[in-house]
Amino acid sequence: MRASALLHSPLAALIGRRLALGLLTIFLVTVLVFVATEVLPGDAARAVLGRGANATRLAALREELHLNAPVTVRYARWLEDLATARLGHSLVNGRPVSVLIGPRVVNSSILLAVTGLIGIPLAILAGIAAALWHGRRADRYLSIVTLALAGLPEFVVGIGLIAVFATLVFHWLPPVSMVAPGASVLTKPEILVLPVTTLVLVIFPYLFRMTRATMIGVLQSEYMEMAVLKGLPRWRLVFVHALPNAIPPTIQVVALTFAYLAGGTVMIEYLFGYAGLGQGLMEAIKARDIPIIQVIVLLLATVYVLLNVAADVVTILTTPRLRGGRTWQAM
Amino acid sequence: MAGNVSAALRGAMRQPVTGAVGRGGWRTALAFFAQPSALVGGMLTATVLIIVMAGPLVAWNSPVDFIGAPFELPSAATPLGTDIMGRDVLARVLSGGTVILSLSAIATLLGVVTGGALGLTAGYFKGTIDDLIMRLLDVLLAFPQTILALLFVSVLGSSFTIIALLVAAIHAPQVARVIRAATLKVRGEDFVEYARGIGTPSFWIITREIAPNVVGPLLVEAGLRFTYSIALIAGLSFLGLAENPPAPNWGLMLNENLIGLPQNPWPVIAPVSLIAILTVGVNLLTDAYAVWSTPRGGGGS
Repeated sequence: MRASALLHSPLAALIGRRLALGLLTIFLVTVLVFVATEVLPGDAARAVLGRGANATRLAALREELHLNAPVTVRYARWLEDLATARLGHSLVNGRPVSVLIGPRVVNSSILLAVTGLIGIPLAILAGIAAALWHGRRADRYLSIVTLALAGLPEFVVGIGLIAVFATLVFHWLPPVSMVAPGASVLTKPEILVLPVTTLVLVIFPYLFRMTRATMIGVLQSEYMEMAVLKGLPRWRLVFVHALPNAIPPTIQVVALTFAYLAGGTVMIEYLFGYAGLGQGLMEAIKARDIPIIQVIVLLLATVYVLLNVAADVVTILTTPRLRGGRTWQAM
Repeated sequence: MAGNVSAALRGAMRQPVTGAVGRGGWRTALAFFAQPSALVGGMLTATVLIIVMAGPLVAWNSPVDFIGAPFELPSAATPLGTDIMGRDVLARVLSGGTVILSLSAIATLLGVVTGGALGLTAGYFKGTIDDLIMRLLDVLLAFPQTILALLFVSVLGSSFTIIALLVAAIHAPQVARVIRAATLKVRGEDFVEYARGIGTPSFWIITREIAPNVVGPLLVEAGLRFTYSIALIAGLSFLGLAENPPAPNWGLMLNENLIGLPQNPWPVIAPVSLIAILTVGVNLLTDAYAVWSTPRGGGGS
């Protein structure tokens, strides 16, 4: 297919629309964040400095926060600052937001990467195994355990692990995951164990159940029956014939899992005192440190939206029914 | 679109639930609870409900009075010891579920009713109305809900009304999508065509002909949404964003007492166990209902 034809295909149009929706969502998120942090609290300067603040300091802070301009102008200026990476300064200690947030981005990324590297293969392999054992005892047990686990809030899982492995029963691991401010978590890898285990347990049920259901569907399809009748060896059936067809839906689930983690880590980082973006957000919320709240929320929200877009693009590319360019009308 | 993906995922996760709602009282209930997961889920949920409802009547100490030193171990007067402020843990546990439970129930109800109405309308009228509603919901669904909920609660405060509205707003788009899909299926049935043919008003068709037939998926959604409500609402309290801190609340208890886990574990263990039992119970019940209301399951869980 020539490039121009590809550009005008319904598929490209569908993907284009999905990307546009993603951009629109990010734009709306910026509006919401702006409204929530700059418009709703009323006088942000007074909120920061407290009731007893003197007039000169209030006026100075109002000037610094551009509180005297009309809302639309303030929004435009705010967006421009963000777009040009002028993230401002913390209202609490005056240090640049980028300096305060940088190490947290690294720490959160490490947490998510380790979780993904351990959790995703584990859940997918378990899902494939359960599909192969479909209906047998091991499959039933796994399904019941994941069903129960799926309902548990993430902080409940984390507290349970702390109680068992760090305080009440065993003292194998540190109950909190603190490092010196600005230090990398990799200096003390043992503090990663409990947060990562919690997040792995949290993402496991969904990934496992999706992989299992997809794999069962593939294994029961007619072409698989044909392959069985041809007398192909079992490993070949599973890994060469079935697995490739189970991978696209799994990629979507992986993307959605990470999108979920962008929000789900807040509670876990807070619980363990892990110096990532989520914990930074909670600290900023408690200190009413508006520039930091804005940047962290926007960062997490953008990651979430982009991962959702990625998941949908994978779906569009791998669902033949959608290639006609129709969207939800097809469902 | 965002809608499509999750609908497809859901389809793979649970068999599509067509509106096969069993009717007829006791026998149906018995048949339902004959399933192991329904029985276990029902018992777990009932345990927590009984504790929440009867608890405040049973407790002999006030949940807000300071009656001892911080983190005292259990004694005859305080069967679960004291918390960080020296208050009776048992009394706080017994009365700390009311807010979370009632708030979750109201938020879920609000979200399911709004979402259900939107889904029915979109699915029945198709065309422009459908496009409008579904596009709006697509945008809402693409929002990172937990983070934005956190942001708004931190700014607007965590009053009962704000949390209920916020959580309901998170639920409605999801519910609407599922109910729209179910409505589309029912809409094609002969009895709906017949009702349209004899000129029945649309409102009447939607409420009397279609709505009863999407009750099955609606209930499954309600169950899933309720579990999520509990996690979110207890989670906000756990993060320290609860309303009026002296009043007991399981999530808040975790926030306050985690530091005393080695001294007296009960102010953490008791509320966290109750939240766990409740969410697992509701989840099992929902799953059992999803399987049960599907004609001839197979495939999925």
